[in-house]
Amino acid sequence: MLSWPNFLAQTFNGLVLGALLALLSSGLTIIYGTLGVLNLAHGAMFMVGGYAGVVAYQYTGSYLVAVAAGAGFVLLLGIAMEQIVIRHFYDRPDEDQILVTFGLGIVYVEVVRFLFGSLSQSMPPPSWAAGITSLGFMIYPTYRLAVVGIVALALLVLYLVLYRSRLGMIVRAGIEDSVMVDSLGINIMRVFMVVFGIGSMAAGFAGIVNVPIAPITPDIGESILVEAFVVVVIGGVGSFPGAILGGLIAGEILSLTSMIDPSYSQVMLFAVMTLVLMLRPHGLLGSQGRA
Amino acid sequence: MAPSLRGFRALAPETSIVLVLLVAPFALPYIGLVPDTMNRILVFGLFGIGFDLLFGYAGMLSFGQSAFFGTGGFVAAYLLTQAGLTSVMLGLLVGTIAAAFAGYLVGLIALRRTGIYFAMITVAIAEVFFFMENSPLSSFTGGENGLPGVPAPTFNLGFMTIHPTGGWSMYGFLAICYVVGIVVARRIVASPVGRVWVAIRENPLRAAAVGHNVHAYKLLAFVIAAAYAGFAGGLLGVMQGYMPPDAFTFDTSGQVIMMTVIGGLATLFGPLVGAAVWLYLHDFLQAGLGLGASWRLVLGLVFVLLVTFLRRGILGGVADLYARLRRGVAAPDLAPVPGARDMAPESSALAPQPTRPIPTYDGPILVARGLSKRFGGLLANDSIDFEVQQGELRGVIGPNGAGKTTFFKMLTCEIPPSSGSILFEGRDITGRGVTEVCQAGLTKSYQVNQLFNRLTARQNVLIAALAERRGSFRLDLLRDPAGIPGLIELVEHTLGLVELTSRADVSVSDLAYGEKRRLEIGLALATSPALLLLDEPLAGMSPRERAETVKLLKSIGRGRTTIIIDHDMDALFELVGRVTVLQEGKILVEGAPDEIKASAIVQEAYLGGVLVP
Repeated sequence: MLSWPNFLAQTFNGLVLGALLALLSSGLTIIYGTLGVLNLAHGAMFMVGGYAGVVAYQYTGSYLVAVAAGAGFVLLLGIAMEQIVIRHFYDRPDEDQILVTFGLGIVYVEVVRFLFGSLSQSMPPPSWAAGITSLGFMIYPTYRLAVVGIVALALLVLYLVLYRSRLGMIVRAGIEDSVMVDSLGINIMRVFMVVFGIGSMAAGFAGIVNVPIAPITPDIGESILVEAFVVVVIGGVGSFPGAILGGLIAGEILSLTSMIDPSYSQVMLFAVMTLVLMLRPHGLLGSQGRA
Repeated sequence: MAPSLRGFRALAPETSIVLVLLVAPFALPYIGLVPDTMNRILVFGLFGIGFDLLFGYAGMLSFGQSAFFGTGGFVAAYLLTQAGLTSVMLGLLVGTIAAAFAGYLVGLIALRRTGIYFAMITVAIAEVFFFMENSPLSSFTGGENGLPGVPAPTFNLGFMTIHPTGGWSMYGFLAICYVVGIVVARRIVASPVGRVWVAIRENPLRAAAVGHNVHAYKLLAFVIAAAYAGFAGGLLGVMQGYMPPDAFTFDTSGQVIMMTVIGGLATLFGPLVGAAVWLYLHDFLQAGLGLGASWRLVLGLVFVLLVTFLRRGILGGVADLYARLRRGVAAPDLAPVPGARDMAPESSALAPQPTRPIPTYDGPILVARGLSKRFGGLLANDSIDFEVQQGELRGVIGPNGAGKTTFFKMLTCEIPPSSGSILFEGRDITGRGVTEVCQAGLTKSYQVNQLFNRLTARQNVLIAALAERRGSFRLDLLRDPAGIPGLIELVEHTLGLVELTSRADVSVSDLAYGEKRRLEIGLALATSPALLLLDEPLAGMSPRERAETVKLLKSIGRGRTTIIIDHDMDALFELVGRVTVLQEGKILVEGAPDEIKASAIVQEAYLGGVLVP
């Protein structure tokens, strides 16, 4: 249905979806950029963040506690995963890393399914963001607007950590040349652990923030992981700004094309990815570096 | 060994699988395997053969094989249920071709990138196929309902008619399909194409540099894997009498990957073993132990443990164990190339060197005009003019950072020059690419070894010789390399030239450094270059190895146009007829070794002008 109000509403929906994809994908891309590991369990971590948050919400009834719990739990899960498994795969071929994270993703999904069953879980938006807001030209769910703000804040924090801190300097140096950073006397392994944790936390954070918009099931991570891949390919692998730009583009494509025919929205997304690959094989903001 | 016995040995795996498939229906029901499960094992075993060719041999990890499994399945099912096609075999064939064609189109996009990009792109494209099946094409595919009523084939043998509808009769049909699939796959793996795939997996850069069209071979692997997937997808519909839409899901791609890795990569039989373990555990854990849906959790854990600790899977682990028990030696190559042993000739006498057709051109073999290379702000090579005559032995020296390696890379078209042109045998080769230039007869040995590390010395040389004998790409999928005229002679002659005949069957990883350096030169030699470039052939060698290699280079250089870069000036002056000195990206001086030795400007360049005349 093509009409002005519908178009505006879909543009906003695209923005919300795009913001979430941007946050999820920046986690994926900084992990890959720094560690050289493509984490196929990233979608599962998005899902785990959602479940951890919902559990916390069920005990406390607090949205803030839920978000903190979702993000915090996945941060710990990421650190544990890096310490126990990923660490041993840095010297192995890319394909081995992909296989093992793929397997871990299945394990996470099945553990959650074992604990919570396959039925969907949800959580209401916080009271300060419940209901709808009038924007003058249209009315829109308040929480969705809030999500754009929350995600923008999270991305800003991520940006400050990555570009305005000592850790960030080391991380970006590590993306350029991790061997050199190591030989400068910086414990690159600890940096790797922290980056894996932060990248995972971005997924968990996006996962719990998304719950009041769309209920979660154990399988939710699979399709969103594929979308995150497309985002990263469009934006450029390893590029943080690329992930944000790619996320917003992908969100709008999915949202606006579904206005014309929902069944083609995914197909359009992949068509755009193919186009980007043809014209700019390294992605919109990617460099020739890794990959 | 009698030829018949050797033939039997070579076919032992085929014979074994036939025996196993014959015995299975009598033995496996005792451990609770029902015919339906065994039929699924066969379908996924067949699906996995294609994936194993793609990932295990050619080294490309695709997460999108479901696209082709589903395409083959739905095209066949549509033809047989909606379009009125009556021949099931024809339906399967068309489905297979459709899947292969889909593989070709997807490959054109996905192969633009390698590694993780490739994995991500294949995932994404497979999702498109799933969405297409689910909505836009649902009037053909039944959307979420799939296509029921897929018929089973009928075979009229004259005296009787066979119509396998389910259970053991279907098992028989699928088992025959599987055997055909495995026999063809084993032939492909042993063919020149299969050898080149392994080379690409091990070192794509060198595979291209010795003259193989890497992109074409990768695309071929992708198409063949898609064809296997499509055939298996069609069989799934026939087996169940129903084509399910979940054939297209990411889960299906994941399953074939996990089954293949669990069973063992680069074994071809691995997927069958993996599928058996997978589906048996599925039945056993779900029904036997009443675990319900959490069987996937157990399999996920098994998979993670296998990837971490037993990368070669069950079959690979068994092979390692067997090898260790039998000989107490290291495990064989990851991808044992069948028939490789058969290729060793009975006598080690050096065969005559096969030669390229003598070129009619008799001007200078190589002419470079105004060659420059700029890396950002750095001018690595600054308008170099360079000429080498036929049969010349030329040395190129220069202090570190003079731009020697960049110069060589431009001559072999590994990197394009920023400006200038290169003529080889009178033809302009500027920007042609390393593969085409190698095929034209110009190649180099690398400063840092670029070998196929998990292959033996002989297999390494064979890869280069295949490019020389067959050209950059050929579709000889079922050919035995031993039958290629002059190939074995070329391999053995080259091994003799670089004095590795006695070490020919040793894996590269077990060769000494000096031997690896000689093999590095051997790879270049096996392409029968008209002009050979050697980039620091003596680098990193001990004095004794140097002396031996200099002797070797002398014998190689006889009657062959060669350009050598090296830092060992004593060795170089002894070898070459003429020397070009590079400094800061420019030619400083050119002349006979004695002139260079006496040249004041060369001494100044090397010693930084401290020499007082």
